Amino acid sequence: MSLNSFKRALWLYHINAGSCNGCDIEILATLTPRYDVERFGIVLVGSPRHADVLAVTGPVPRQMVSRLKRVYEQIPDPKVVLQVGSCGMEGGVFHESYNLVGPVDQIIPVDVYVPGCPPRPEAIIEGVVKAWVKLEKAAEQRIT
Amino acid sequence: MVSIVVGPVILAIMGAFFGLLYLGIDRKLVAHMQGRIGPPIIQPFRDVGKLLMKESIIPDGALSWLFKLAPILCLMGSAVLLLYIPIFGQKALLEDFGDAIVVLYLLIIPSLALVVAGFSSSSPYATVGAQREMVIMMSYEFPLAMTIVAIAWRIGHVAETNPFMFSTVATYPIWSLVGPMGVAGTLILLIVLLLVTTGELSRIPFDLAEAETELAGGLLVEYSGRNLVLFYIADAIKTFAMASLIIALFFPYSLSPVVGIEALVPAFVVDALFFLLKILLVMFICVMLIRAAMARFKIDQVSKIYFIAMTLISLVGLILIWVDLVM
Ligand code: SF4
Repeated sequence: MSLNSFKRALWLYHINAGSCNGCDIEILATLTPRYDVERFGIVLVGSPRHADVLAVTGPVPRQMVSRLKRVYEQIPDPKVVLQVGSCGMEGGVFHESYNLVGPVDQIIPVDVYVPGCPPRPEAIIEGVVKAWVKLEKAAEQRIT
Repeated sequence: MVSIVVGPVILAIMGAFFGLLYLGIDRKLVAHMQGRIGPPIIQPFRDVGKLLMKESIIPDGALSWLFKLAPILCLMGSAVLLLYIPIFGQKALLEDFGDAIVVLYLLIIPSLALVVAGFSSSSPYATVGAQREMVIMMSYEFPLAMTIVAIAWRIGHVAETNPFMFSTVATYPIWSLVGPMGVAGTLILLIVLLLVTTGELSRIPFDLAEAETELAGGLLVEYSGRNLVLFYIADAIKTFAMASLIIALFFPYSLSPVVGIEALVPAFVVDALFFLLKILLVMFICVMLIRAAMARFKIDQVSKIYFIAMTLISLVGLILIWVDLVM
């Protein structure tokens, strides 16, 4: 089996962990004709079972912790986590809010961070490309 | 004997290849219609390759033997279709053993396998998806049967052999049998069959069973890795088979006698290319154009459209053909 299988086919599942919706709209913007990530084979899927990449937005409030973990576990291996937005890294505009459990990397392992509040679609696409490289490595390790 | 064993395998592989190719063309063209660049045409093959590398998860609550059986059933059900429908302008492999009625029954199997898959994965999303699939299946069955029967009924007036046989349909193309009124009727039936195909393949606007946005993938929500690949390929084969069915019923013409090529191999190549072109045209109308132009219907609208509107429209087509016959 070729190791380049992931090279041009990547399915992405997006979970909103208490974000303000800013980042989510930027993720959707990457699908629009201006950026059109589908031309690289990147597709947004509706089920974590189909996904290769988990894109997490938001600072993770208390209610989301168990859900986030479950969604992460539902994704079949090999998988990577792409964390989009500043607030999932250290709280951002929600810094030290009473109901936050995040940042995201305290709950699930994060592979790629995309900073910005919200990040530009170009930045998100670059993050996905970085995730791709990691995914190839993960696939390689799984085979050998 | 050998052809009975090897033939189905070759047919299934060819069906999968061309089906995936057409899915790629579909994605590319729809992207162009929406002002995007779109993925390369070989994208579905890459998706398949990628899915093969992924882990296949079987959920704890699922009925695991049924969960694993359903994709195989779906794939086999779709592949068997190709044994009975003439493709590439040639006779179908098992043409003497089955006719359009058999195809009508066989068309249900992949959908049923999807329903089984949905119910066995014990996810609420999948259950809702399976119920929707059943409703859609029951709705389009009637206009589909009506169209096929109407064509065969008209052909039965001139042909001595069984009018449901694809060879009979090919010997007496429907368009050359009927007058102006009948042509209008046949055209109406063709449109009905094209729209039924959209539902049969669960494409937008009839893709309620898989509805990414509301049901998170619907029937297939729990499937991953190898099991998902089987459904993906089955869908491709079914797309190819449905388009071939329309061609077999309405456009059973081949190009080689027209351009005067008689040698065996060149005639085959010409016919096969012509057939692929016809498939592209059929898919362009019933999959791509509609998909690019429309949003998803609600489930009650779908059954109303198929049960009432489509049935009435195909009835009108049938009456037109009948009037054309008696006048
Ligand atoms: S990073 Fe900013 S824009 Fe993105 S979800 Fe957080 S607060 Fe909203």
